[in-house]
Amino acid sequence: MKETIIEKVKDLFEDSRIEAFLGLKEENGQIGPYLFTDPKDLEGFSLGDKEWPGDKRYPLSKILIALAQKYPENRFGILVRGCDERALNELFKWNQLNEEHVVMVGFPCPQELAEACECPKPYPESLVVGEKVKGIKSKKVEVILNMGMEGRLKYWTERFSRCIKCYGCRNVCPVCFCNECELANDDLIPSGEIPPENPIFHLVRAAHMAGRCIDCGLCEEACPVGIPLRTLYKKVADIVDSEFGYRPGYQKDQKSPFNILGERPED
Amino acid sequence: MQLKHVLTICPYCGCGCGIYLEVLDGEIIRTIPSKTSPVNQGRLCIKGWSAHEFVVSPKRLKRPYLRKQEKLHEASWDEVLDFTASRLREIREKHGPDSIAFLASAKCTNEENYLLQKLARAAIGTNNIDHCARL
Repeated sequence: MKETIIEKVKDLFEDSRIEAFLGLKEENGQIGPYLFTDPKDLEGFSLGDKEWPGDKRYPLSKILIALAQKYPENRFGILVRGCDERALNELFKWNQLNEEHVVMVGFPCPQELAEACECPKPYPESLVVGEKVKGIKSKKVEVILNMGMEGRLKYWTERFSRCIKCYGCRNVCPVCFCNECELANDDLIPSGEIPPENPIFHLVRAAHMAGRCIDCGLCEEACPVGIPLRTLYKKVADIVDSEFGYRPGYQKDQKSPFNILGERPED
Repeated sequence: MQLKHVLTICPYCGCGCGIYLEVLDGEIIRTIPSKTSPVNQGRLCIKGWSAHEFVVSPKRLKRPYLRKQEKLHEASWDEVLDFTASRLREIREKHGPDSIAFLASAKCTNEENYLLQKLARAAIGTNNIDHCARL
């Protein structure tokens, strides 16, 4: 699979369709983000698999925002899984990236990873290699719903009370791009207090994930205290879906309900 | 256009979390935790996440200064070292070696911290040595 992707990236460079490719590279046993500007560098190219599939994913779409802001005229290729593509679709809609300047090179996640992520769509539309993998329906949300109101309150209060307010969930999130973050507003969330006010901090973030969260799970992987954030945001996504018929990142041409001003009010 | 992800170790406490510094055209713009680091496995505390910020802080001292009448004045290394040595000597002679304490830093290397405790114990003669990571 990797070799086919490398060939595809080389073609993109040769056909001058991109000036640089944002992907992952393994150097000295360490996998990290890498901006390829020369096809010769593609040795060491990585899909982010080390101990198990997809265990070394990075927020590449977020890195691309910083790059594209400085180089708005350049065209970039980017390595995408299903979740990365959903993030990019959302970032296009929110005008954080220009779709015409981004070429996605997609590959599917293996079934094993799809199941671990409970990912409804473990492949991107922009597949250049591999087959579409069967989506998985989440069971984790249901498990928590079955705890009943009291059980749920206890469950989340305990999880939130572990928070050391590292802001890792926000920092790693591919769809967190606000210039001003309410979670860093000293009047709402006083600095120097750990854990942050329970449950306001996490519910503010959860509310802000409505219509945004593309269910990549990087937040949960970045959480040093193991708060099941992904499950929380899956529920938020379910609510948005039932109220607005919208799942962030899935339909490229469907406008986000949070991005519509609505009818002009009558004078 | 040059975007580099430079693998390094968080400069704060002694845990030694692996981080990537994201460097866009020579400017450090972000810290990303390394997922391959066995120490932190893609996680960081708030200090780690902002490990890149002090590098470009306008408050950072980049050359030696001497404080004279409440104000910092730029000075040469010779000047500040001579001043520090003579004041330390004076204080030790007047009040004894235990009137002086040394504060080492997790931001320094092991070797630098070794040298500081050596200065405290062998040159000044005190065991008053501690470090910033004793939180």
